[in-house]
Amino acid sequence: MTADNETLRTAAERALIEQYEAAPTADAVKLLREKAIAGFRSRGLPNRRVEEWKYTDLRRGMSEALPIAEAPEAGEARAAVDAVAGFGDMAGARIVFVNGLYVPELSDIAGIEGLTITSLATALGEARPQGLGDLAGTVTDSALDLNTAFMRDGALIEVAAGATIDRPVEILHVATGEPAATYTRHVVHVGTGAKVRFNEVYSGKGRYQTNTAIEFSADKGADVSWIKLQNEGHQAQHLSTFVSALEAEVGFDHFVFNSGGHLARTQVFLRFNGENARAGLRGTMLITEDQHSDVTLVVDHAVPNCVSREFYKSAIDGKAKGVFQGRINVFQHAQKTDGQMMCQALLLSDEAEMAYKPELEIFADDVQCAHGATSGQIDAELMFYLQARGIPEAEAKTLLILAFLSQVIEEIGDEQAVEALEERTRTWLGY
Amino acid sequence: MALLEIKNLHARIAEDGTEILRGVDLTVNAGEVHAIMGPNGSGKSTLSYVLAGKEDYEVTEGEVLFNGENILEMGPDERAVAGMFLAFQYPIEIPGVATMTFLKAALNAQRKARGLGELPTPDFMKLVREKANKMNITPDMLKRPLNVGFSGGEKKRSEILQMELLEPTLCVLDETDSGLDIDALKVVSDGVNRLRSPERAMVVITHYQRLLDHIVPDIVHVLSAGRIVKTGGPELALELEKNGYADYIGEAA
Ligand SMILES: Nc1ncnc2c1ncn2[C@@H]1O[C@H](COP(=O)(O)OP(=O)(O)OP(=O)(O)O)[C@@H](O)[C@H]1O
Ligand SMILES: [Mg+2]
Repeated sequence: MTADNETLRTAAERALIEQYEAAPTADAVKLLREKAIAGFRSRGLPNRRVEEWKYTDLRRGMSEALPIAEAPEAGEARAAVDAVAGFGDMAGARIVFVNGLYVPELSDIAGIEGLTITSLATALGEARPQGLGDLAGTVTDSALDLNTAFMRDGALIEVAAGATIDRPVEILHVATGEPAATYTRHVVHVGTGAKVRFNEVYSGKGRYQTNTAIEFSADKGADVSWIKLQNEGHQAQHLSTFVSALEAEVGFDHFVFNSGGHLARTQVFLRFNGENARAGLRGTMLITEDQHSDVTLVVDHAVPNCVSREFYKSAIDGKAKGVFQGRINVFQHAQKTDGQMMCQALLLSDEAEMAYKPELEIFADDVQCAHGATSGQIDAELMFYLQARGIPEAEAKTLLILAFLSQVIEEIGDEQAVEALEERTRTWLGY
Repeated sequence: MALLEIKNLHARIAEDGTEILRGVDLTVNAGEVHAIMGPNGSGKSTLSYVLAGKEDYEVTEGEVLFNGENILEMGPDERAVAGMFLAFQYPIEIPGVATMTFLKAALNAQRKARGLGELPTPDFMKLVREKANKMNITPDMLKRPLNVGFSGGEKKRSEILQMELLEPTLCVLDETDSGLDIDALKVVSDGVNRLRSPERAMVVITHYQRLLDHIVPDIVHVLSAGRIVKTGGPELALELEKNGYADYIGEAA
């Protein structure tokens, strides 16, 4: 489709372009925005003929473009945030976005040594924040283009070299339920040898659209754990892009817990820039009714001697559809790459579906890479064993689903986080 | 009243309709220990599964009364709550479910179904540790996923631990002795004997006399080709040990 094919645009595409034109910004990233909307004009919303979006046809799935969200009243914001069962009191620092806008009164970002958090909206009034757009610029994608064109607010997070941040940094996104769209962009940089954990949480109710993007970079030897809890309302649309680059000897663990959204997509782009780094990308998906949830990964082993583990498990009920696409690219010089990808799904109803597309693109000759997938029902033998001990059918089923999902949740290692996610899983299962 | 009464039980494999049990009659009274012996493939495990309520089998004729009540329409969990316990010939592994978690879920589910409250966790832990200790099951094993990586003998001991914890009234032991070393055989038999009581009955499926040296049966049956073809006292097991099944295979055919 070319830019001239106006008539072929969907209502949502037209509305998005009009929204952009109606409210031109003159901020420090105007050029980035212009480039992004131009990209969107030429590509439109991704449809199933776009290979990366094969199973998540956004042209069909996104029937409208909601107006950009307004800041809620203080009381409403507080009530919405109070209603969120995120990670409880785990967090040390917390930055809160309600309807996509930073709410200082509900946030707690100061006073932790080695940690600097600022609001993107404030920064954009002055100059282009350092790093903004650098990593995003390496990815061509319409959801990300929309984020760049419309980004309103976000967090700029800097973890100083050598710092150890004891308690997790929470980035909380809450929607109050207005039919509106939010665009947040976070830029996170972790300095050499620093150690930190992040909890990224999405929650809300009603029919709204979240488009969020994170640019994440970690310098040599950093040790970072990142957990995303995607618990959007069941009518929400959630589009999220995580673009990351790891320098040498970084240890990075990313986990996404997907249970919300009518249509949800988490796309993770990860690039190894330095040797002897390790990344664990993991997640669970718990969906039901007519939910559609997509996890798409692109892992670039651009240098030798890096290890990546990709491990995802899903429990799919009702008419829900899960999608997992994982692509591991091993560059020509990236010898001794070790990449193992596994995707497992439990289909809890006849109509539940899981689409799986693994891709290994290997240009080096001395590598260890593999992928595998399983998808099936709950094992009848296991069910019989539990029931034969007096455990009722429904509870036996719950125990087995929990056990299945726990196997990846427990790889997070951090006991508190594991417990929090298992608790969320139990809640989802009604246990 | 008999604790268990099996009358003319016929059962086939649900999937392909092959008939395995062809008219089993068996009455077990409270306080008794019955041994069932018989050639490989004669239907011993099938009988135990049909009693426990496994869906792979379809009962085509006959009835099973447990405490005078027809249990064939009951789910496996309801049968367990009613007091039935099957120690599996091949206990399966349940990855992701810690043994302790499983034991707690089972005990509390049964208590709940009987209208009792859940056992407080500290009391439960104490109870399990005590019983586990007697079965030579270490606290470390209790933390591991059920049966995952357990040796053959450990799996069998874990079955008996479950039985001791759940205190069923009818214990069906399917080749619990197979795969046990000499010491473990003693541990398991002692566990079973501890449970012997006037209210409780045992049906012990085995191929070997040596188990019956430890768990002395009142009555011994021979199951051949899906039917009980001979019933006698403990001396029948000794005779079988000496002469094999040759005399009975013909009879059933
Ligand atoms: N689910 C099943 N599917 C197919 N065949 C089965 C099934 N269950 C039992 N059978 C067959 O039924 C027959 C009886 O099996 P069963 O396991 O009851 O024998 P058994 O007496 O316990 O033997 P063993 O002494 O070897 O344990 C065998 O031929 C077996 O292969
Ligand atoms: Mg058998």
